[in-house]
Amino acid sequence: MYEPVLLKNVNVQDGHLLSTYEAGGGYRGLHKALKEHTPDEIIDLVKRSNLRGRGGAGFPTGMKWSFVPKRADKPKYLCCNADEGEPGTFKDRIVMERDPHQLVEGMAISAYAIGAEVAYVYIRGEYVLAIRRLEQAIAEAKAKGYLGTGILGSDFNFVVHVHCGAGAYICGEETAMLDSLEGKRAQPRLKPPFPAVAGLYASPTVINNVETLVCVPHIVARGPDWFRGIGPEKSPGPKLYCVSGQVRMPGLYELPMGIPLRELVEDHAGGPPAGRKIKAVIPGGVSAPVIPEPGLDVGMDFDSLAAAGTMLGSAGVIVVDDTTCMVKVATRIIEFFHHESCGKCTPCREGLNWVVKVLRRIEAGEGAPGDMEQLDMLCKGIFGNTFCALGDGAAMGLRASLAHFREEFVAHIEERKCPFH
Amino acid sequence: MAMREKIEQAAARYPDQRSAIMPALLIAQREHGHLPGPVLEEVADILGVERIWVYELATFYTLFHTEPVGKFHLQLCDNVSCMLRRSEDLLTHLENVLGIKKGGTTGDGLFTLSTVECLGACEMAPVMQVGDDYHGNLDIERIDALLARLRAMVPHAAGADLAAVEPPGE
Repeated sequence: MYEPVLLKNVNVQDGHLLSTYEAGGGYRGLHKALKEHTPDEIIDLVKRSNLRGRGGAGFPTGMKWSFVPKRADKPKYLCCNADEGEPGTFKDRIVMERDPHQLVEGMAISAYAIGAEVAYVYIRGEYVLAIRRLEQAIAEAKAKGYLGTGILGSDFNFVVHVHCGAGAYICGEETAMLDSLEGKRAQPRLKPPFPAVAGLYASPTVINNVETLVCVPHIVARGPDWFRGIGPEKSPGPKLYCVSGQVRMPGLYELPMGIPLRELVEDHAGGPPAGRKIKAVIPGGVSAPVIPEPGLDVGMDFDSLAAAGTMLGSAGVIVVDDTTCMVKVATRIIEFFHHESCGKCTPCREGLNWVVKVLRRIEAGEGAPGDMEQLDMLCKGIFGNTFCALGDGAAMGLRASLAHFREEFVAHIEERKCPFH
Repeated sequence: MAMREKIEQAAARYPDQRSAIMPALLIAQREHGHLPGPVLEEVADILGVERIWVYELATFYTLFHTEPVGKFHLQLCDNVSCMLRRSEDLLTHLENVLGIKKGGTTGDGLFTLSTVECLGACEMAPVMQVGDDYHGNLDIERIDALLARLRAMVPHAAGADLAAVEPPGE
């Protein structure tokens, strides 16, 4: 039976306090990192662990860190992406609310590895409790010598600042986040240069998700072989899965990477409500293409889901049962992307507006002949033609809905009503 | 601590004052309830940045309100996970009991009702944010109880000095 590591403290009383974290072995990784390893050795450990970024893209973390120039004229920065705006996703909020020291320790070790002395946690402004708990943890860590000057008697200096977002999904895109941190409207930047070379204030910058950073203390304390021993070889480690929607036990589950989606939904989250059947599951937040029920025997890891035509994304698993209209679900998802488009590029800004109008028309029973072809055409016009992945995510999701549940869209148009109402 | 002092303290975290605009706007909004033009200009003046930079942010990010909102801003999530657990029924109920439509504010200035994109609390869907607090696993009974609790915080709403009443969680 798998024993949770990342969520060990989340259901413990006062799990957010330093005393609780230390009592459970917290900050042992930081001690070990500073006393036994050089920064390059930490990067090597993380590379050997094969930790892949948990923010959605799955890029190897150690490799990302190694892109930061060893010598730079400017200060290096570490940014923690805690914006978490992908619908279906809530893992980072729970970690920050209930075990924030795990993140502080992960950031301290990561900053030591890349040579950063200043870090910003970009956290969504709605997460008031998480913000308070994180600020409290930073203050506690500073008072105990885990942050500040000469940490644990070493020559490593490091401070963490909390920076609150203000309600823009695009800030989860790493370069848009940097613009937002610099006090601008959050819009993605052209790459290259990549943030590792020219990021925040044009300085070398590493941006990692909360879940990625909280894996780091455990890799240092337990070793890369322990991490690689969990889940599939190409994307190993513990994984946080957010399960929501029409399921009996929605919640946050820590299980090995690669667990079958069916096992996660039916065994751990209790399956659909009584008398209903699962119709479809969105496996990785609303950017991830939907999987119809027969496809649920797929491993929840980057490569297995990519091979199945979808993606792990944020591991925000949304369960849809057989009482629900898939046109309604698709419309709501596209409404989200339309609302959150930053407006920088035309295919996303105008294309999604057009898609929303067609979908709303179909859902209302006012669809016209040719609407399906128009949606296909719009997906083609958006996918691959937008400045960042927001448009791609929207188009990929809609394409999957149109492919797997085309008969529901057609029924709306032909019957001139929603068959589910 | 005065608003200026809070903003200057926040600005010390950044090598560039422009980075402090968003934190400053959050402080100013907490202080004033919303962000009218003179407040935006005051923020720009405190930070010594271009006023247009402040306007740009105040009108881009959804947590900033340039128009007044009610004492209690009811922000109901209606994104997919909440929708699947019938948030639309809760919206209809809220519109009926408050006598306003989505986006409106009650005549006594107590409640503004909005729908918002995902609040990142899908495990307790349907969920609503009021002030700093999340309220999850909502149904009509829980909504009614919550509204009663909020109303009880303002005993004489019609004639009360609403500006003197802090929202829950403050």
